[in-house]
Amino acid sequence: MTAPAILHSRGLADWLTALFWRRPRVLLTILLAPPLLWLGVVYLGSLAALLLQSFYSIDEFSGVIKEEFTLKTYAELLRAQNLDIILRTLLMSTIVTLSCALIAFPIAYYAARFAKGRWKTVFYLGVMLPLWSSYLVKVYAWKLILAKEGIITWTADALHLSMVLNAILAIPGIGGNSLSTSWIGTFLVFVYIWLPYMILPMQAALERVPTSMLEASADLGASRSQTFRTVIFPLAMPGIIAGSIFTFSLTMGDYIIPQIVGTSARFIGLAVYQLQGTAGNIPLAAAFAVIPIVIMLLYLYLAKRQGAFDAL
Amino acid sequence: MRARRASNILLMSGFHMSSSVPAAVEFCSVSRHFGPTNALVKAVNSVDLTVPEGAFFAMLGPSGSGKTTCLRLISGFEKPTAGNIRIFGRDVSDIPPNRRNVNTVFQDYALFPHMTVRDNVAYGLMVKGMDRRLRESKAEEMLSLVKLEGYGDRRPSQLSGGQRQRVALARALVNEPRVLLLDEPLGALDLKLREAMQDELKTLQARLGITFVFVTHDQSEALSMADSLAVFNNGKIAQIGTPSEIYAKPRTRFVADFVGSSNVLSPKTTRLFGGPNRWSSLRPEALRLTAPDNVTLSGTVTSQRYLGTGNRISIALHGTEVSALIPAGQPLPKTGHTVGLAFDPAALHIMEDEK
Repeated sequence: MTAPAILHSRGLADWLTALFWRRPRVLLTILLAPPLLWLGVVYLGSLAALLLQSFYSIDEFSGVIKEEFTLKTYAELLRAQNLDIILRTLLMSTIVTLSCALIAFPIAYYAARFAKGRWKTVFYLGVMLPLWSSYLVKVYAWKLILAKEGIITWTADALHLSMVLNAILAIPGIGGNSLSTSWIGTFLVFVYIWLPYMILPMQAALERVPTSMLEASADLGASRSQTFRTVIFPLAMPGIIAGSIFTFSLTMGDYIIPQIVGTSARFIGLAVYQLQGTAGNIPLAAAFAVIPIVIMLLYLYLAKRQGAFDAL
Repeated sequence: MRARRASNILLMSGFHMSSSVPAAVEFCSVSRHFGPTNALVKAVNSVDLTVPEGAFFAMLGPSGSGKTTCLRLISGFEKPTAGNIRIFGRDVSDIPPNRRNVNTVFQDYALFPHMTVRDNVAYGLMVKGMDRRLRESKAEEMLSLVKLEGYGDRRPSQLSGGQRQRVALARALVNEPRVLLLDEPLGALDLKLREAMQDELKTLQARLGITFVFVTHDQSEALSMADSLAVFNNGKIAQIGTPSEIYAKPRTRFVADFVGSSNVLSPKTTRLFGGPNRWSSLRPEALRLTAPDNVTLSGTVTSQRYLGTGNRISIALHGTEVSALIPAGQPLPKTGHTVGLAFDPAALHIMEDEK
C-alpha cells in the first residue's frame, strides 16, 4: 500500500496551521495585537494625555487646573528662569552627546573591526556590565569618587597635582567647591552613565561595514583619514544618530543625576519632577516634558535631511 | 666556456636583469603564511610568477588554493611573509595599497551604498583632489565605457547585479591603473550575463591595453578569457602556460582533473592504452567508438549524458571508467552494450607525476 498523497488532518493544531497558511494575515494580526495595543493605547495614549495637559493652565490662586485650551502655559516656559532651565539642559545634553560620541567611537571601532572571540566577549561584558547594576548606586559611587575627600582629590594630592585640580575647579561657570558639586561633575557622571547607549548602536553600525569597502577605498587611492571621512563615518552615521538619540534624550529627561552630583541648578527633568510633585503644576510640567520630544523630532528631521540615514 | 657560463648566470638571475622592459607583476619566491607556528597555514608557498605587460592573466584554482591571496598580495592588502613582489620593476614591499597604481574589482563589488553611481566612479579622482566638474565628466566617460550612460544619479542599491559589476569596473578603471585586478568578478552573475561580461571584459582589455589579472575557480572562464594562466594548488603553482598548453598538456594529475573533463589514466590503464607505466590524460573528444570486434580495447557503456553539443558516454573497462564525447548527430550506443575504443596514440598525454 502506498502512502496517501494528502495527509489527514489531526485536529485543532492542524486546522490552525492550515488557517494561518491560507490567511497569513490572521497570524500576523494575532501576533501584533498585544504589542500594538500596548504601544497604541498605553504608550501613545499617555503621550496624548501629556500633550493635552500641556494646553491646560493652572489657576494661580486656587492651584486648580483649568481644563480649557490655552497657550498660557507654553508662554510661561519663556520666562527667564524657565528658559534658563531649558537652555542649560540643551547645552548639557549636546556636550554629553558629543563627548559620548568621541569616547565611544574608538571603542566601538575596535570592537567591530578587531575584537575576536574572547576579546569580543570582554568587550560586551565591559560595556553591558554597568547597565546591570543599579543606576542609583553608580551615581552615588561617582559622588564619592568626585567628592572633596574622594579618590580624585586624593590622587591629585599624592601626585602633587592639586594645583591643576584647583585651577580646573576655579573655572567660572563650570567649576565649583569640589568636583562633586560642580557642573564638570554632573557632566562626567552623565557621560559615564549613558556611554553604553552610544557604544552599542555605533558598534552595530560599524560591524555592518564590510571590510572590502574599506579596502576598496584604499585601493582607489584614499588615505586612512580620507577613508574615515568619506566611507567609515557616513556609514556609521545611522549608528551615531541612534546612539545620540539615546544619550541626548536620556540626558534631557534625567532628574536624578543633577540632584545628586553638581550644583543645584535645575534641569528639565528635575523641573518636571518638582512641578508635578511638590508644586502640583501638572500643565507646566507637561509643557516642559513636551520640549525634549519636540527637540528630538526636530533633530531627527534635520538628520534625515542631511542624509544621515542614506546608508540604512 | 666562459661565455656559456655567463649566459647561464644571466638566465638564472633573469628575474633581476633579463629584459629591459620590466614585467607588470613579478613574484620572486613569495610566501604568505597565516596563523600561529603550530597551526601554520601556507596560503601562498614560495610562488614565482611573471605577468607580462598587457596580458590577460588568469589565476585558476579551487577555493583555498592561494589564488585570491596572490591577488591581495599584488593589491597590497596582504604582505608577503617571505620573498618579494615587483610591479613594473619596483619592489612594492613598503608601498601601501593606496600608493600602488593597481586597482581591484572586488568579488562583492564593494560599492559605497551612501554615494551615487557617479560619486562611486569618481571616488578615486575625488581622493586625489581633482575638482568636481572634471572628475564628474571623467566618471561619465567611464560609465559610457561600461555602457551605463545615464545611470550616474542612481544608488548602487537601485541597480541589478550585472550593472553593479559594471560600476565596480568603471570605478576601478577611472584611476587609469597599470594593472587591473579582478577577484572572481563574474561569480555572482547568472550564466548568460556571465558569458556576455566575459566577452565585454576581453574587448575592454584589448581596447585599453591594461594588464588584467583575473582570479577565478571556473576553468572554462579562465580558458576562454586568458592569454596565459596559472593553475594553483595548495598555495603553489601547479602549472603556468597558455590555455591551449594547459588544456592539452596538463603537467600533473591535479591540473588534468581540475582544468578539464579529461580522463585521467592510472599507470596500469595507461599501459593498457599502449603508453608507458606512468599517469596520463586523454581527452574525451579524442576517443572514438568502434565495433567491439577485432580491437584491443573494449568496454561496456554504463551511462550517457546529453550535453546539447554532443553526448558524454561513460565506458567501464578493466576495472576503470573512461568517458568519450560523441558529437551530436552521430549514432549512440545503448547503455549496457559493449563498444570498442579507438584513439590517436599522440593524444595520450603522459604526465609528470610520480607513481
